[in-house]
Amino acid sequence: MSEREIISVTVQRGGPDTPQRLQVFEVPAFESQTVLDVVSWIQQNADPTLTYRFACRVGMCGSCAMMVNGVPRWTCRTHVNKVLNGGKIEIAPLRNLPVIKDLAADMDPFFDKWVAAEGRHHPTRSRDDDIAAINPEQPERVVASSGIECINCSICYSACDTVAGDPDYLGPAALQRAWTLYNDAKDADKDTILDAVSGKGGCHSCHSMGSCTAYCPNGLDPLSAIAGLKRATTQRFFKGRAK
Amino acid sequence: MTPFHLYMAQRLSALVMAPFVLVHLGVMIYAIQGGLTAAEILGRTQGSVFWFLFYGMFVVAVSIHAGLGLRVVLSEWAGLRGTALNALSGVIGFGLFALGARAVWAVTAGGV
Ligand code: SF4
Ligand code: SF4
Ligand code: FES
Repeated sequence: MSEREIISVTVQRGGPDTPQRLQVFEVPAFESQTVLDVVSWIQQNADPTLTYRFACRVGMCGSCAMMVNGVPRWTCRTHVNKVLNGGKIEIAPLRNLPVIKDLAADMDPFFDKWVAAEGRHHPTRSRDDDIAAINPEQPERVVASSGIECINCSICYSACDTVAGDPDYLGPAALQRAWTLYNDAKDADKDTILDAVSGKGGCHSCHSMGSCTAYCPNGLDPLSAIAGLKRATTQRFFKGRAK
Repeated sequence: MTPFHLYMAQRLSALVMAPFVLVHLGVMIYAIQGGLTAAEILGRTQGSVFWFLFYGMFVVAVSIHAGLGLRVVLSEWAGLRGTALNALSGVIGFGLFALGARAVWAVTAGGV
């Protein structure tokens, strides 16, 4: 058997209870290997105490995101070849979130902010009514549809420097969710949504630098969604004054 | 004042400033090319209600805009929050206004 190439993988270990440190593992290279494969290899062959998170391995569940060479990525869909830097990779837990242990970040703040941004459905009808017909080509529906493929991976949240500077900032994914619902004909409470995104840490804190859009693995565009919320809140402000 | 009102104040002050900046630059270039002396410039600005209002509103817009802009920098980069943040950005805004108002007064009202 020909000798395998070896990848030098630096992994951030530790959490709130143990001091954080960097540990280097030598991992054999395989064909079509993903970063998640590398992490799994370490856990299965080198150190079973390594903690990390994944589920679907096909880019659906959003649970495997980590910092890879300083960049937030979905590790199950990131090929090692694409990120290898001189035979080396550095893997760390997602930025802007507390660490539970090793590579597992605590997603609670991320999801709490979805709720804080009113990222939940406010129904127009009850279960006893007929289902409302929706025209998929209607402009608002097109806008809403452009945000629904979010897998809640928190990569945009990790990439956002405004989140890093302002712990109250709701972040790109939660605000994009709010914008999706705002444009949804089946959502009955647009004003509550605009109120929720207008407070402390709301959409007006966004600096429009677009790291969210640049790093979203699903090609979504939270930057434009947030710009939409800024427009909608501004329009409401002037309409309210005109009354 | 909600964060949204601060946002609106910053956008609207920017809107006000945009034409002022253009006229200001244009006037400066004109004044220098025409070889106007300081005395000649003062002769045109002093006692002029137009230039008083022009630069007076400019100073107000700049104070609001820069005060709010620096407020965000102080919050995100220096970690200031709450009263400390409001107090320091308030001092910056009023300080800019005081400096600007003094200059406007000297150039448009002085000598009257
Ligand atoms: S555009 Fe806004 S939400 Fe996106 S990364 Fe920049 S500050 Fe964050
Ligand atoms: S918007 Fe993109 S990067 Fe952000 S959580 Fe959703 S899928 Fe992930
Ligand atoms: S494991 Fe589900 S998205 Fe990567």
